[in-house]
Amino acid sequence: MTASGTPASTGSAAVPHLDVDPFDMNFFADPYPTHQRLREAGPVVYLDKWNVYGVARYAEVHAVLNDPATFCSSRGVGLSDFKKETPWRPPSLILEADPPAHTRTRAVLSKVLSPTVMKQVRDRFAAAAEERVDALLDKRSFDAITDLAEAYPLSIFPDALGLKAEGREHLIPYASVVFNAFGPPNQLRQEAIARSAPHQAYVAEQCQRDNLAPGGFGACIHARVDDGEITATEAPLLVRSLLSAGLDTTVNGIGAAVYCLARFPDQWQRLRADLTLARNAFEEAVRFESPVQTFFRTTTREVELSGATIGEGEKVLMFLAAANRDPRRWDEPDSYDITRRTSGHVGFGSGIHMCVGQLVARLEGEVMLTALARRIAKIEITGEPRRRFNNTLRGLDSLPVTITPA
Amino acid sequence: MPAITFIHPDGKSERVETADGESAMQTATRHGLDGILAECGGNAMCATCHVYVDDAWLARLPAAADDEDALLDGTASERLPNSRLSCQIKITPELDGLVVKLPERQV
Ligand code: HEM
Ligand code: FES
Repeated sequence: MTASGTPASTGSAAVPHLDVDPFDMNFFADPYPTHQRLREAGPVVYLDKWNVYGVARYAEVHAVLNDPATFCSSRGVGLSDFKKETPWRPPSLILEADPPAHTRTRAVLSKVLSPTVMKQVRDRFAAAAEERVDALLDKRSFDAITDLAEAYPLSIFPDALGLKAEGREHLIPYASVVFNAFGPPNQLRQEAIARSAPHQAYVAEQCQRDNLAPGGFGACIHARVDDGEITATEAPLLVRSLLSAGLDTTVNGIGAAVYCLARFPDQWQRLRADLTLARNAFEEAVRFESPVQTFFRTTTREVELSGATIGEGEKVLMFLAAANRDPRRWDEPDSYDITRRTSGHVGFGSGIHMCVGQLVARLEGEVMLTALARRIAKIEITGEPRRRFNNTLRGLDSLPVTITPA
Repeated sequence: MPAITFIHPDGKSERVETADGESAMQTATRHGLDGILAECGGNAMCATCHVYVDDAWLARLPAAADDEDALLDGTASERLPNSRLSCQIKITPELDGLVVKLPERQV
């Protein structure tokens, strides 16, 4: 962006300018009317508030995600352009990297979180889900966010990584900083970064080889140093990626699924009647709520996208959540349907950066929803759900519920 | 357009038309075929689009890339010598008549 604030590519008069702030509290409270406005305004829009391009239709979001040579990640996947500003923390070696650097680190995490590894952890994850339901059945009335959506991943994921017991209370606050930091320099971002020092110190320490239990995901990453796939300085940063992206995302994913199933009792009854739908019920919740709402890319050259010309070095904001409800792509996009063919949704992204932890997320979601649906007849919302505000993540802070045993 | 045949574990077979430039997975999902989940949408990241390629056709497909090969080790149903990920089978005119079997399970 030029200093005057005029888009470098004013030649593309076709691009509609909108005064929308997609990082504003009012927007977060109800993003759907604005998502629709963004989609209907055109295939590519320009947001004057932050001087960025935006794409909210499925086709363009999918196209941007799948052209990493033009829409790069190494200049940051938040608003901040790493070419112009110093990143708030050392950049991620996977999320904020382009090929060929990305290809190498990605291969390591893909192996550490592969379908084969999921088979090994499945029984453990499923047993923990059953234990969680035992505890919830004792309580009957509880907060579905703290006591379920947070408690369940916290009971398995830090152990699966091989983290020490002490200090785990930093994990969710650290992730909250990371996801707020992708946003613009608003109050959410500034305050998050200002308070981040203790969380950053904890995370940096836990990523070291000596602090990770043998057999865990963390130790498996470090083991790749020995066969020369990554260096000893890269390994801790790759462990950091799992600490950043592996917990709060699934908290919001499971929270989204429970919130959907509590709001739409007909879907809950369908699930109870056929437990094999649990995995798709989770997947559909990821489409419907899109726990990760947005990511940015930066153009590496002037490019034409659906008739709009975008100059080099421009930030492009991808509205994953809006794409996941684009009526051009989805039938009845605003209904939560656990039998929907969800394949192709972009809640986990698409292309080379598509979530490397998607199998972990699905496994957690599947076994948790299976355990709930097998033993609970009814979930009733008993108080006003309270939203949690974050520049990237969408989810609740509190969801009071009462359950009836099956 | 080339057509391909999917054979379900119960022996029932479905012959479907492909569209230009599609993968076998995309053909299956577009026709609403049961038995292909494709959770990752064709990015070679989930192994839920597993198929067994009919022996007569196997040699006509390009060999599996390393990422496909690694994922096939984690399929829910047993990996066999003719196991492939259908999202990595790009349909070309030469593959008209392709026959693939669906596994018992994808997850
Ligand atoms: C419901 C839960 C989750 C959601 C919605 C989610 C969403 C996403 C999305 C949208 C991306 C794409 C980023 C981009 O294109 O720039 C991504 C990437 C990533 N996710 Fe997830 N994620 C989830 C769970 C997890 C878990 C459990 C882990 C780790 C175990 C994880 C680790 C990562 C990493 C490391 C990347 C970067 C991959 C790359 O750049 O190649 N995520 N995730
Ligand atoms: S669709 Fe996921 S590996 Fe083929």
